Amino acid sequence: MVTEYVEGSTGAELNKREFKVIGTRPPRPDGIDKVTGRALFGADLTAPGMLHATILRSPHAHARIISIDTSAALAMSGVKAVVTSQDFVKQSSSGNQDTLDNCMARGKVLYDGHAVASVAATSVKVANAALKLIKVEYEVLPHETDVDGAMLDTAPVLHEGRKFRNIPEGNNANVSGYWEFGHGDLDAGFAKADIIIERSFKTAATHQGYIEPHATLATMGPDGRGEIWVCTQGHYMVRDLSAAFIGIETSQLRVTASEIGGGFGGKTTVYLEPVALALSKKAGRPVKMVMTREEVFRATGPTTSSSTDIKIGMTKDGRITAGQAKLRYQGGAYPNITAMLGAMTAFASYDLDAVQTLAWNVLTNRPKQAAYRAPGAPMAIYTVESVVDELCQKLGLDPLEVRLMNAAKKGTLSSYGPTFDEIGLVATLEAAKAHPHYTAPLGPNQGRGVSCGFWFNFAGNTSVSMNINEDGTVAVIEGNPDIGGSRASISMMAAEELGIPLEKVRTIVADTNSIGFNDVTDGSRVTFAVGLATIKAARAAIKNMCGRAAQVWGIDADAVDWVDGAAVPTGHNAGEFPPMTLAEIAADQAKTGGPIAGHHEVNVDGAGVSFGVHLVDVEVDPETGFTQIKRYTVFQDAGKAIHPDYVEGQMQGGAVQGIGWALNEEYIYGEDGKLQNAGFLDYRIPVASDLPMIDTVILEIPNPGHPYGVRGVGETGIVPPLAAVANGVSHAAGVRMFELPMSPPRILAAIDGAK
Amino acid sequence: MVTVTLWGSLRSATGGLKDVEVEARNTGEMLKALAKKYPALESVIEGGVSVAIDGLIYKEAWFTPIKPDSEVVLMPYMKGG
Amino acid sequence: MSKIHVSTTINGDAVEYLCEPSETLLDALRDHVGLTGVKEGCGSGDCGACSVELDGRLVCSCLVLAAEAEGRSVNTVEGMADGEKLHVLQQKLLDHAALQCGICTPGILVAAKALLEKNPDPTETEVRYWLAGNLCRCTGYDKIIRAVMDAAAEMRGA
Repeated sequence: MVTEYVEGSTGAELNKREFKVIGTRPPRPDGIDKVTGRALFGADLTAPGMLHATILRSPHAHARIISIDTSAALAMSGVKAVVTSQDFVKQSSSGNQDTLDNCMARGKVLYDGHAVASVAATSVKVANAALKLIKVEYEVLPHETDVDGAMLDTAPVLHEGRKFRNIPEGNNANVSGYWEFGHGDLDAGFAKADIIIERSFKTAATHQGYIEPHATLATMGPDGRGEIWVCTQGHYMVRDLSAAFIGIETSQLRVTASEIGGGFGGKTTVYLEPVALALSKKAGRPVKMVMTREEVFRATGPTTSSSTDIKIGMTKDGRITAGQAKLRYQGGAYPNITAMLGAMTAFASYDLDAVQTLAWNVLTNRPKQAAYRAPGAPMAIYTVESVVDELCQKLGLDPLEVRLMNAAKKGTLSSYGPTFDEIGLVATLEAAKAHPHYTAPLGPNQGRGVSCGFWFNFAGNTSVSMNINEDGTVAVIEGNPDIGGSRASISMMAAEELGIPLEKVRTIVADTNSIGFNDVTDGSRVTFAVGLATIKAARAAIKNMCGRAAQVWGIDADAVDWVDGAAVPTGHNAGEFPPMTLAEIAADQAKTGGPIAGHHEVNVDGAGVSFGVHLVDVEVDPETGFTQIKRYTVFQDAGKAIHPDYVEGQMQGGAVQGIGWALNEEYIYGEDGKLQNAGFLDYRIPVASDLPMIDTVILEIPNPGHPYGVRGVGETGIVPPLAAVANGVSHAAGVRMFELPMSPPRILAAIDGAK
Repeated sequence: MVTVTLWGSLRSATGGLKDVEVEARNTGEMLKALAKKYPALESVIEGGVSVAIDGLIYKEAWFTPIKPDSEVVLMPYMKGG
Repeated sequence: MSKIHVSTTINGDAVEYLCEPSETLLDALRDHVGLTGVKEGCGSGDCGACSVELDGRLVCSCLVLAAEAEGRSVNTVEGMADGEKLHVLQQKLLDHAALQCGICTPGILVAAKALLEKNPDPTETEVRYWLAGNLCRCTGYDKIIRAVMDAAAEMRGA
């Protein structure tokens, strides 16, 4: 018998469990490879006979493709294959067709950088020379890159004749999605307010900014069987889309995930993989494709830019009486749901009687957006938290006290629909209030900003297998690319559950043909969902091992328990036989019935939502408008921190991406609709000298949906910084800021405007 | 009978109702009953939805039991980063 | 155009390769010498992932021509460990969990080593400014800075 956690355990019960491995900070299993240069990333693999392919991209923001003539390119020495949209299979689902059209433009190019054709040749140099020989005749069309501009009746229409679902009357043909959330009587709520503030905000599109450009190596033989090596957040997703796009069955395509050099949501779709596969099919040789940084900026998904109107009412003593947000997001040339997620998350931190959020997604001539860490939430919560801060300022109230007074808690009807179970917002706010940072003195031109943040966290389809080796070691096999240390946390959960030392466990990320299906590494799901499946796979192996011990002892399997890595007899047999360790059972497995393994395949549910609170001190130079981050503290509920170093790492990394979003990062388009800053010099992500240490406080309010109480931690950290920094800047500079990024010229203009 | 709360923009499919009642013992039955009672919801459900039962969010889990007094909220299909 | 023959020293070993006149040192190291630990993040000298030491000077190998290595000495991340024994910086990055995805790690290590060779006792600010040319998108730099400071302290004591 296995000591099972009881489904539906409360947080308090989960808190009582004592862990041996969980919560410690061992070195990560992939660490040595990564500090010695041995780790193999997307661009690091070569194959015999390999070709190199590059992509011809649209120089126009919006144009009809009249014709493409590839004959001169194909005739060039060293060129082995050329593909255009005609080489791919039409898709039955509109979402898949959009993804395919984004990989290779069909009929029209919809943004500067949109792929039009691709050449595979004996070298990158030859491929690039051949691209210049491809003749594309365009009919240039008017374009629009601004979210509000694209909603005007005069805006050029991107997808002529296409109908989108559930769009209310009065919206133009570029509105591809509309959503409403909320509850209660808004008018009655605002009538109870002593003060109402209405504001409009804009945020720029930002890029995930992973340091590793997209890269893949694909090969397909005349037998119709293919292999792809790729840096991705989900190799099953790559398999399914690539196979569908070239018209083969998934069993014929094996995809292996390389080490991944950052993703943050940006590697949850395909760009190069189907193209490389189609080229390899035509050329009969392996094809490697690696994007340049310029291509990454111009043609892969940044997040959405936004334009939001917000209205919040508050009583004199700080109770929020009603909140309303109208969110307009543009996510480039194809439909997406990011505005919907913004509308669901905007007011999630608050316990409100009356709340309404309305969201529109608008199509523009920009690259197809991709998910970016808590997609939709940072820009929505930025607007709410900015106005809450302004209300506190006007009423002379403490911003943390007001948030505590209004905080969502167990039993709160959330602004997006369901009632919250056990959540950690109040504890997180209390921790921030008690922290010395909150009361530390500030210097001249300095201001302190506060913001809450929220993310759902997801779960989803997961498969894990576990082999008990004869020498007493354990091989864990999972199928989610390790983006931030998950092999470490999964090994730790396996060791904890089996009761063996961590060094006996090795976890690998298997290819698509070696283990069951897995959803993409997204939504902060891996430590939670793969962890849960690992624990259950371990329990399956334990059950098997207890059975072997029972047979050896000649007692009932039910009369055997698993304690500290060994089978022990229980009940009236207790003490009759010495414990039989995992290593002893493993050594005799051939004699006791054969190989011992455990596995678990499940569509996991029960992900626990996560809240964070950030405190920041900023200093604004009134002469230059330059903002310096002086001190930063992150408070976040992790449910249970499996490996605290990597939980802190997620909190710190998320905070710094949010700081970049708040202060520097933005997609800048010219009048011609072309991206003007497609490089790290002009699209400036935070560097080491921009920052102080990022202090962290991990809270552990267990998630009842996980055996150890885990909540996802990957995304929440990017949510609060936008408003926290904006509120700090507003206090430091003495003017409210309504647009991101708060680059020095914008801050100077605001200071000058207030004079 | 279970009461299902829809997100705001689906009210156009139910004649303005935000809370609707259907006969169902689990998620799959609930979704089928909803699509039958309100045909305009069928394409939304086919396109993919999440269901929150007593605060827990489920994706495409047909056999998740629903008690008569459960809080059931239909939510859009969601995706993270 | 014909290829150029280059004789150089890489991580202490004599190495020869043929390169095109326009080829970067980064591409030569990755494609001809097999040192894929040197990473390309931008190809324009903005991210530091391709950092190597050229005659003891920290450079972005994407901004150096492969032919320029003739007669000179190149050090990459692959040359930092002594067999099985990791360099102190490598060990400290592991100890401080100062990497997540690991793509910037080789460049950070080479840059930090170059710093400590010049300045064995840097302040936090000096470390931050020296590493300002090495972009990391995962960690927020906190644990990297701590690891480099800790390595410096240990190397001074050793």
